[in-house]
Amino acid sequence: MTSPAEHRLLLDGESVSFREGETLFELARRHGDAVPSLCFDDRLEPLGACRLCVVEVEGQARPVASCTTQAADGMVVRTMTEALERHRKALCDLVVSENPAGATIDPLRGSASQELAALAVRYEADGGRFAGARSGASRTDDPNPMILRDYDHCISCYRCVRVCSEQQGDDAITVGGRGFATRITTEFEGPLADSACTFCGQCVQTCPTGALADRRALRHADAPGELAATRSVCPYCGVGCSLDILTKGERIVGVQPAFDGPANEGALCVKGQFAWEWVQHPDRLATPLVREDGELVEASWDEALDRAADGFREAARAHGREAVYAVASGRAPHESAYTIQKLVRTCFQSNHVDNCSRA
Amino acid sequence: MAGLAATLGRGAMSNPLEDMDKPDVIFCIGTNMTEAHPVAATRLKKAQARGATLIVADPRQIPLARRADLHLPLRVGTDVALLGAMAHVIVREGLVDEAFVAERTEGFERLRDHVASFTPEWAESITGVAAADIERAAIAYGRAERGAIYYTLGITEHICGVDNVQSLCNLVLLTGNIGRPGTGINPMRGQNNIQGAGDAGALPNNYPGFQPVTDPNNQAKFERAWGVRVDLEKGMTKVRALERAGEKIFAMLICGENTVVSDPDADHCRRALESLEHLVVIDLFLTETAELADVVLPASSWGETDGVFTNTERRPQRVRAAIAPPGEARPEWWIVSQLARRLGAEGFEYESAAEVFDELCSLSPTYGGLSWELVAEGRHHWPVPEAGHPGTPVLHIGEFPRGRGLFATPSFRDPAEVTDEEYPVWLTTGRRLAHYHTRTMSGRSAGPEFLVPEEVVEVHPADVTAWGLADGENALLSSRRGSVVVRVAADDTSPRGTVFSSFSFSDVPVNVLTGSGYDPVTDTAELKVCPVRIEPA
Ligand code: SF4
Ligand code: SF4
Repeated sequence: MTSPAEHRLLLDGESVSFREGETLFELARRHGDAVPSLCFDDRLEPLGACRLCVVEVEGQARPVASCTTQAADGMVVRTMTEALERHRKALCDLVVSENPAGATIDPLRGSASQELAALAVRYEADGGRFAGARSGASRTDDPNPMILRDYDHCISCYRCVRVCSEQQGDDAITVGGRGFATRITTEFEGPLADSACTFCGQCVQTCPTGALADRRALRHADAPGELAATRSVCPYCGVGCSLDILTKGERIVGVQPAFDGPANEGALCVKGQFAWEWVQHPDRLATPLVREDGELVEASWDEALDRAADGFREAARAHGREAVYAVASGRAPHESAYTIQKLVRTCFQSNHVDNCSRA
Repeated sequence: MAGLAATLGRGAMSNPLEDMDKPDVIFCIGTNMTEAHPVAATRLKKAQARGATLIVADPRQIPLARRADLHLPLRVGTDVALLGAMAHVIVREGLVDEAFVAERTEGFERLRDHVASFTPEWAESITGVAAADIERAAIAYGRAERGAIYYTLGITEHICGVDNVQSLCNLVLLTGNIGRPGTGINPMRGQNNIQGAGDAGALPNNYPGFQPVTDPNNQAKFERAWGVRVDLEKGMTKVRALERAGEKIFAMLICGENTVVSDPDADHCRRALESLEHLVVIDLFLTETAELADVVLPASSWGETDGVFTNTERRPQRVRAAIAPPGEARPEWWIVSQLARRLGAEGFEYESAAEVFDELCSLSPTYGGLSWELVAEGRHHWPVPEAGHPGTPVLHIGEFPRGRGLFATPSFRDPAEVTDEEYPVWLTTGRRLAHYHTRTMSGRSAGPEFLVPEEVVEVHPADVTAWGLADGENALLSSRRGSVVVRVAADDTSPRGTVFSSFSFSDVPVNVLTGSGYDPVTDTAELKVCPVRIEPA
């Protein structure tokens, strides 16, 4: 490969290099992350809809949307002028005004749900000037227990529509109407369950206002305790999507995808996203059980482990070491399978061990 | 995985998931990927959006088939005939990669002669797929600059599972579509850590790292490591062990697997477990299987346990405990180690999952360069033979682990049971997106329950009428092994004469019906096809 000639431009007075095809927004983000946006998701085609990311380019009469403008050699770009920040504040006021006054957006709603709230703080947006305007027709009546469609918070960034089409490939939701009547809707305007939606939750996780929200997680909005995230991997299929387990104290309150997950890059499916409540289901076994007079009854670990070991020892004594067999799980971590095969191979000197081989 | 191990020397996905974006022709067979591996399927959708050609061979009009540029709706269980005819066309049309065949394969002449009679017309008579479509598929794959094959249980869960895999392998070897980005032969593993369970040595024929137990060098290595005698003879597969329960096998330890619901011929399975003198089950819930046990040991679950999972693309990744387990539940490695110590074993004094994993790495050539620390980032694909090795995203570059790739010569055979007057309908089984195996997990979560609250059998609308059934009403489904009552859902996903159900719901144990035979090499059950009778109930 021949190394391409270095491209440079002037960004806020500093000469910086850029990559072929890089947008001004990406470039600015690499150099400080101060240019705001609401419609940007780096997995999606840039849209230039929210106009918050505008920058001044010398020689251009008006500011341009940095997310749809490619860097070019010799450009002189300013990202933080007073005029730009004034424009951004005005936009922010307008957007905030369309949202229900005083609403707090619980971070449990979704990964990106704090983006608008954070900008409102940054620009001290009060929204008073445009109060009353609303976009979106809320569908909080959608009966599905997974996705809340609280379109009172919708700002028409179309990230949900774009992620559903470009990332998920399901095209379950579209944009309907115009202007203040613009709304996100499904084909035939019905509930999500009657659409092509597969409940992957990707629209929820990219929504910058929490208009689309995780209903399973929101049930724990009032639970006490600090919200914490633990990086892990989905327990379902072999794709191995990375995710964060959200907890408050000793309670799992939700799951959010890892945007830097090597196998999933921010995606999950309905199982990984919404099917985690089994972990703390009351049916979980919490004590060892042993059979007494035909019934399984609670026992201490010592009792249960002794009984378990005695049974194996007895079977091996009566029928030979080959009489004992073990099956490891394809769901438990390696350490489970490793210790099981080692137990069989060292305690019974056989290779009578397998896993559930159904691929 | 035995099919690939024999022909290439390594039974795992050859290419990483990120490669799914790269091929210009993608051939999916026997994989309901949008349901079973949804996030991987999104990559295929993107590849297609970029112009890749998607060919899907599946008996049913599954969502992936509806998206395909070419759908080959073959009759259930006739994959070998379809793939044999594709090989025939590739040879006939001069699409063989001669240089690749000469340098990297053996047995080409034998294969060429073997497929000479497998004309597309012959295959049409067996598979029901139009000869012209078989030709189109073969030519598209044969001409591809980068052709990639993906498959899952629809290929392996047959008595001819190994034949199926080797037939696919032949296409790969004929066209040289391997050992490069965006190509390969890719079995998608179903469970989150089924790859890892094999990697860790829970196999009757292999130590950790796929080191054969029958090799005296490996025996010596593990005797040195563990300080006890170990056996040179292969163990039984799980399927055989269940068959010999009460005769040869008298005690079992079963970990986290609801065998009674998930395994074929569920009645037989229950009888097998009941005939044991001692059954110990380690699990999260009191499953149908645990209810039969003498001792039930409560394990900590996902979210409560530190450990490692290896995904389908051979990528070990860390899972982490976020909360404490309920009551006295403990990690499985702790439980098993306690048991081993009570059985007099040494070398089970582990104090953390990290110690167990690092011991595994020290004994496995595929994990040799990995450690608990290193897998925290999940950046490596095995094999990682030594420290500092970057990992192996693409297998089979330059050479196969067995040296040359072997052309096998499988021939079409009927499934273990074929339809007849008494059992005139094909039942095929599979997964549903919202549920997972026996629902011990997904069934206790509100979302999946909302989407798929109960088991159904999908019947073509025309057959619903023809067979006197009614949409939404119960039907009695019977095979040579048993019967179940299940609600009918009129659905044109399956062709006429074929019905579909999953094995997720224990109140409708569809696996009472299946289990007519096993692959002679892998002992994998014929779960995908089974002749049944269906009548109003
Ligand atoms: S949940 Fe997924 S499929 Fe459904 S609308 Fe959102 S992005 Fe689309
Ligand atoms: S989120 Fe879905 S696709 Fe990803 S690992 Fe979990 S089950 Fe598989």
